[in-house]
Amino acid sequence: MKISEKWLREWVKTDISRPTLCEQLTMAGLEIEEVTPVAVPFFGVVIGQVLQIAKHPDAERLNICQVEVGKSSPLMIICGANNVKVGMKVAAALQGAVLGNQKTILETQLRGKLSQGMLCSARELGLPYESEGIIALPANAPIGANLWDYLDLSDHIMDVSITPNRGDCLSVAGLAYEIAAVTKAPLMPVEFHSVKPSISDTIPIRIDQPTACPHYVGRIIRDIRMDAITPIWMQERLHRGNVRSISPIVDVMNYVMLELGQPMHAFDFNTIQGDVAVRYAKSDESLVLLDGQTVLLDPTTLVIADQEKALAIGGVMGGLDSAVSETTETVLLESAFFAPASIIHTARHYHLQSESSYRFERGVDPLLQIKAIERATQLIVDIAGGKPGPVIDVKNEQAIPPSKTIHLRAARIEILLGIRFSANEVMDILSRLSFTLTAVEDGWKVTVPARRFDITLEADLIEEIARVYGYDQLPQRSIHGVLRLDPQPETELSMTSLRHLMCDLGFQEVVTYSFVSKKLQQLVDPGVTPKELINPITTDMAVMRTNLWPGLLDVFLSNQARQHCSMKLFETGLRFLVQEDNLLQQSRLSGLVSGSAYPEQWGFSPREVDFYDLKGDLENLFRKTLQSAQFTFQPGCHPALHPGQTAAVYRENHAIGIMGALHPAIAQVLDIQRKLFLFDFDLDELKRAGLPIPQEISKFPSIRRDIAILVDHTVPVQSIQDTIQEVAGGLLQRVSVFDVYQGKGVGSQQKSVALGLILQHSSRTLTDEEVADLMDSIVNVLTTRFAAELRG
Amino acid sequence: MDLDAILKRATEEIVSSTTLKDLDQYRIYYLGKKGKLTEVLKDVGQLSAEERPLLGQRVNRIKQQLQALLKDRLEVLTQQEIAAQLAAESIDITLPGRNSSQLGHLHPVTKTRERIAALFTQMGFVMKEGPEIEDDYHNFEALNIPPLHPARAMQDTFYFADKSLLRTHMSPVQIRTMTTTQPPIRMIAMGRVYRRDFDLTHTPMFHQIEGLMVDEGVTFADLKGMLSSFLQAFFDAEVPIRLRPSYFPFTEPSAEVDIGCQQCHGQGCRICKNTGWLEVMGCGMVHPNVFHFVGIDSERYTGWAFGAGLDRLTMLRYGVTDLRSLFENELRFLQQF
Repeated sequence: MKISEKWLREWVKTDISRPTLCEQLTMAGLEIEEVTPVAVPFFGVVIGQVLQIAKHPDAERLNICQVEVGKSSPLMIICGANNVKVGMKVAAALQGAVLGNQKTILETQLRGKLSQGMLCSARELGLPYESEGIIALPANAPIGANLWDYLDLSDHIMDVSITPNRGDCLSVAGLAYEIAAVTKAPLMPVEFHSVKPSISDTIPIRIDQPTACPHYVGRIIRDIRMDAITPIWMQERLHRGNVRSISPIVDVMNYVMLELGQPMHAFDFNTIQGDVAVRYAKSDESLVLLDGQTVLLDPTTLVIADQEKALAIGGVMGGLDSAVSETTETVLLESAFFAPASIIHTARHYHLQSESSYRFERGVDPLLQIKAIERATQLIVDIAGGKPGPVIDVKNEQAIPPSKTIHLRAARIEILLGIRFSANEVMDILSRLSFTLTAVEDGWKVTVPARRFDITLEADLIEEIARVYGYDQLPQRSIHGVLRLDPQPETELSMTSLRHLMCDLGFQEVVTYSFVSKKLQQLVDPGVTPKELINPITTDMAVMRTNLWPGLLDVFLSNQARQHCSMKLFETGLRFLVQEDNLLQQSRLSGLVSGSAYPEQWGFSPREVDFYDLKGDLENLFRKTLQSAQFTFQPGCHPALHPGQTAAVYRENHAIGIMGALHPAIAQVLDIQRKLFLFDFDLDELKRAGLPIPQEISKFPSIRRDIAILVDHTVPVQSIQDTIQEVAGGLLQRVSVFDVYQGKGVGSQQKSVALGLILQHSSRTLTDEEVADLMDSIVNVLTTRFAAELRG
Repeated sequence: MDLDAILKRATEEIVSSTTLKDLDQYRIYYLGKKGKLTEVLKDVGQLSAEERPLLGQRVNRIKQQLQALLKDRLEVLTQQEIAAQLAAESIDITLPGRNSSQLGHLHPVTKTRERIAALFTQMGFVMKEGPEIEDDYHNFEALNIPPLHPARAMQDTFYFADKSLLRTHMSPVQIRTMTTTQPPIRMIAMGRVYRRDFDLTHTPMFHQIEGLMVDEGVTFADLKGMLSSFLQAFFDAEVPIRLRPSYFPFTEPSAEVDIGCQQCHGQGCRICKNTGWLEVMGCGMVHPNVFHFVGIDSERYTGWAFGAGLDRLTMLRYGVTDLRSLFENELRFLQQF
């Protein structure tokens, strides 16, 4: 909330400096976000009146104005603004004046004519608001007076950030209570007299919904002067409070709201037919609001209505037809208490927020209504005359929020804050905040001021003590607790170790949004219906990802657009699947590989990354579990992947993920030219690890035998390896595939596979004979199973 | 050839030999079993008894002389040979090293996450996780934010048709933990959170850390102490800290935590809006209503909780000025961490 510092200081007599005041308020929970001077200083600008206007003979857009500035003779000032009029009160910068924009005004010739000053716009002066052309000052502005003083510009605007619980601070009065409590300075509330009714006009007001509106105060004022203008001091205070000046009646309503915190409304009395009712809207009832929009009213909306129709949405916004206008002579003022819940409900329903609803939502002092209407009446009568009727006070006592009394235990303060307060300290702080205390055995019964909607529990009172005492004054100590060692199962790999391994394998970690474009998601995971947001920010972030590939592909595409084409990426995070009525939120480790197989370097010819590069990385990942034998790659399929270059990965017969080349059809849609591989794994399965089971290492020599065989090109090499393992049994330490060849010298449907076998016995040296026998039987079995031929 | 001639020639040949192989041949030629000196001794029978020992002595002397020469030459040639090998094998060590792949990097937020986890683990805190799609109860209601509460407007929420929502903070994890665990509780939850906000300083998804401690005798003083030691440890520096009263529906008393601006060190600059302070977290003592919702006796136990943006902490720690750069995944940016 923005508010004039001068205005605040009228309410609290204190000479503490501005920075200290801001610091103290901030440290008491009313954060001062910004303090800005109302205007950049300017000198030599006075109030003038335009007496005559003549066209400049040599410049079509310029006028030569005769301006009375209270000197012996009027000045001739040339002005280019098109809103200049005879009789207008203007801001006249005289010879030697310095404006807020640091411009110095000197007498000057404009196209051959002398200009003895300048008529200023708000911006030229450095005022914080806009004017159309030059400033038009009120008709009663005193000619010749210094404009700076007239506008009382030696003031600052304080921008106070008020938390949602402190609706009571949304006014000068509310802030003044706080400042007084915090600084111990005396409170000086504005003094005003109630205006005695001079007419007896009233109107029956009926409250149908006392829960939503327990208290409604009205007052009729007749014979308001239509030519009245809002005094400049009020206009300025409204401006500084970020409220536009509109008309004297509306300005008074807003002024009282800023001053006391009571939102008010004024109806043009002559638009009201019959009695007034505070009721829920009827079905099919509609209302044209002040902002011009027509709303169809919901039957749970509280309206202020006459016999015929709704006039306003209570506490939220008035109606256009019943609003005061330039021709309004008689008004019905409204000062009511609307219950916060009802206003929140309504404001949310219509997506309407007004200064009024903002305050009612947070809670307005339920004891303020009469005072506010008296203050408003006095201001209206002072500014625009008028004859007030008696105050019409309608209320339902039961529905008015009752005054609260809270039991505060002295011991509890220490339990929560870790410091013991003396009874005097507690009583001093709370009474400064207008709480009333009655001592009881273990503490106090504390009565809460009606405006403090935020105080309902003992803990709330303890916070009040803490914040006024000062959080920085409260003690500090190290935490205490029972020490314990939590088990850290060695059979579960940490996320940290998996992430670090991925980095070590050359993968860059990325973080992408969990919501993605529906189009892209369905392109890479067709047939799976993603969970859709009902209020996404953009269509690019509309559905929850069903796998992590859309984000990874986006990263690929955006980096490719920046000429960064080789990458290995990984991400960990949740995917969101809806299965029947169940929502699954599953941890995945996914990634993308594309571009060169290794960084460009001397001694290697560049090579594009392929399936086996990625497979090798993944095999290393699986080794981390110390149970890599449990992992198998089997031909797999996924609609986003190339059917001939996809492997489903199993861990002991349980599918845990997939890897493969991006399907060429999808690559085409995404305009991806280079080979690109994707993978996606169940993270929990990768975390599951084994304990090391070390075997004794044989001390006897090992023997290597190489064989090369020809088989049909469709025979999976894995099955050849498996067969060798099966036949060789425990003697086989390792089998490696050191060459696979297809082409010249090999039949067109055949491939040559060269394997190296390392054989070793655990307790003796193998003889050449038994090795030869074993190799024979291996070749025999391979021949039988795969029609393999041994190459010479 | 007489002995003098042999000595002279052998000496010349040995001294001028250039390879180890030549040198070995000279050794065999002169000193071998069938070498020249042996040959000379063959004729010893023809000499007189007086001359014999003299010849023998002379031959031996020459033998020793030549052996010494050979040894010296062997050393020289061996050294030369190694020197030649070294010269031949010299490489340009400034050529770049071979890389099968470049090392990958953790995302900066992950770095922060891991550092924080390590810090709190020292103090016996347990890392907790929870779902990102949450229900109203865990995200709002149990945190003392009923449906018609103004605080709901503080956090613009993403919703799904079935009324579920994307968690707006990590607090649901606190609720889930307190619901299933009785005190003492010391926990940290870090993860993705979502708010409907997208501008220069907000991304619709970001990361938060929340911490919770519930036990008998836990006070606001503990909270102050813990925050102070955490922030000193995280920034690895003596950072000034202040707590300001604030409001959260789920804590009472509540505070915002400011640290002294790392940019201007309190002098006032654009980053701290001339206040000298930067807001880094919110905290407070667990609200009795929250304890009521999760079934913890608020008369017996007290607790504190705090929450902070991991992205913001990352930015402050490493001097990143644009939040969005943490989510743009520009690889050249990420590779710096």
